[in-house]
Amino acid sequence: MNKTITLKGRSVVSGVAEAEALVTRQRISGFGGTDAMTGEIIEVRHELCGQSFKGKVLVFPGAKGSSGWASHFQSARLHGNAPAAMIFTEMTTKMALGAVVTRVPAVTDLDQDVFDVIKTGDIVRVDGTNGTVEIKR
Amino acid sequence: MKLTDDEQRVLDGSEGDARAHAMDLLLRYGRALGAERLVDTDNVCGGFVGALPGRRDLLPPVPEGEDRDMDAVYSLLNLDSDVRLDIPPVKAMTYRLIDAMDPDKADVQRVSQETKQIVADVNKFCGKTGINACNTCTPYQIGNMPVHGQHCAWMESSAVVYINSVVGARTNVEGAHSASAAALVGKIPYWGYHTPEGRRGTHHIVVEHDVQSMLDWGLMGYWIGEKVKTKVPILSGISATPPPDKLKHFGAAAASSGGVEMYHIVGVTPEARSMDDALRGNVITDTLTFGRKELEEAYGYFSTATSRDVDFIVIGCPHASLTQVKQVAELLDGKKLSPNTDLWVFTPKALKTMADRIGYTEKIERAGAHLMSDSCAALSKVSPADVKVAATDSAKQAHYLPAIMKFPTWLGSTEDCVNAALTGRWDGGLK
Repeated sequence: MNKTITLKGRSVVSGVAEAEALVTRQRISGFGGTDAMTGEIIEVRHELCGQSFKGKVLVFPGAKGSSGWASHFQSARLHGNAPAAMIFTEMTTKMALGAVVTRVPAVTDLDQDVFDVIKTGDIVRVDGTNGTVEIKR
Repeated sequence: MKLTDDEQRVLDGSEGDARAHAMDLLLRYGRALGAERLVDTDNVCGGFVGALPGRRDLLPPVPEGEDRDMDAVYSLLNLDSDVRLDIPPVKAMTYRLIDAMDPDKADVQRVSQETKQIVADVNKFCGKTGINACNTCTPYQIGNMPVHGQHCAWMESSAVVYINSVVGARTNVEGAHSASAAALVGKIPYWGYHTPEGRRGTHHIVVEHDVQSMLDWGLMGYWIGEKVKTKVPILSGISATPPPDKLKHFGAAAASSGGVEMYHIVGVTPEARSMDDALRGNVITDTLTFGRKELEEAYGYFSTATSRDVDFIVIGCPHASLTQVKQVAELLDGKKLSPNTDLWVFTPKALKTMADRIGYTEKIERAGAHLMSDSCAALSKVSPADVKVAATDSAKQAHYLPAIMKFPTWLGSTEDCVNAALTGRWDGGLK
């Protein structure tokens, strides 16, 4: 049975991307928490430790840790390891600047709880220009 | 985002392409945040130009016989520009944060020739553009102490939480690109901790444990960060005014585990003369108690090391004050490190100069330890060869070393760390 769920929110970075979702309820560190050379989460106590966000729609609360967050995600992009898109729930300066320099479609302030609605492995289309998200099952 | 006429003119190119690009970046960043305007800033601290590992491999190769094109480097890594821009002098007072090495300890830190060259190139660029290359994570320890209420654009989470909370200056945690853009145009989005409402406390932490040592303060910071994440905790129950070093450790830990950018301590910090003052009309989201049990819970987070044979000890994260350097010098005076250990103490270059004059450096180095500047084990990714197990007195460094350097790491007091360096055995921990 194919069905599509549509969520509405706010545009952070424009553009459109569709990919598999990688979902975590834990915030992500840039510097010291992820490896820009692989896109892997490396923070030892993180539930996604060892998994890569490269090419995925990363669904997470937001950024934490070092102020090198945006640099780290810009590095990931320049090394070809950026996520395909970002969906997050908590706006911070790290998150906003990180999304801007990662240059992938990004949305926030969605009208449903993204952690309830989106599961890892779902195919998700992020429209950063209009601030909408489609989940296809 | 609404720009003033002056800001619009800069965006339109009245002051050249680099300042126009910087304004455009700040505009996109402000829109992403949901900010409505920019605010003037004349105090910027940033990580300028990518000498650090993980960034330097993005630098374009330098043609044989030519100098590195630092404007191109800054355009790409610091302004996220796809085209090379001519970088003019900075407009705002600008300090540089930590560097990739200590030039006086390059061999001990085992840095490559390439790193030395990049560091020299970056310093030259800082001179050309007017960036004060102080190369420390603690600019507030060496002369950049903002004024209460001053709008700043600082990177380095431990420095941000310090000047917001302890000094009452106003900054968000900026990134390399926003700080670099702010340096060029003297503007930053008016959002978050720049606004009075963004600075109000959200969580009440009732401190029941008698928090005394640096370790206690670090662990309490780490625990609170873990619980409140990016919110603004208000601590009550702290009776005596803590010294700057303890607040420095506390904030650094809270910023690394959670992302705390501001806290209040009732009766201590400048925007918390009372509970009501810290709340300014906010409603407390949650009340948490910090007692002995929570202190132990926090210590339990640091469980990466099992072997008690330690070989690398790091002190000075954030960079040590002269008081901390003095303590290490006294603990080491007349003693020798174990042949199996290295002890590296990090402090700003300005304080190292004073430590040299007073004789602390000699006491530390005669024991076989090193007093270093400009750099940091985790951030600069420098260490002795073949480290198996590390130890540190900093919750922040103990948070980062296992992830970045893959060293299992013990956390303890400064005395525990010096003892481990002298014996090669870890006998420290929560007392």
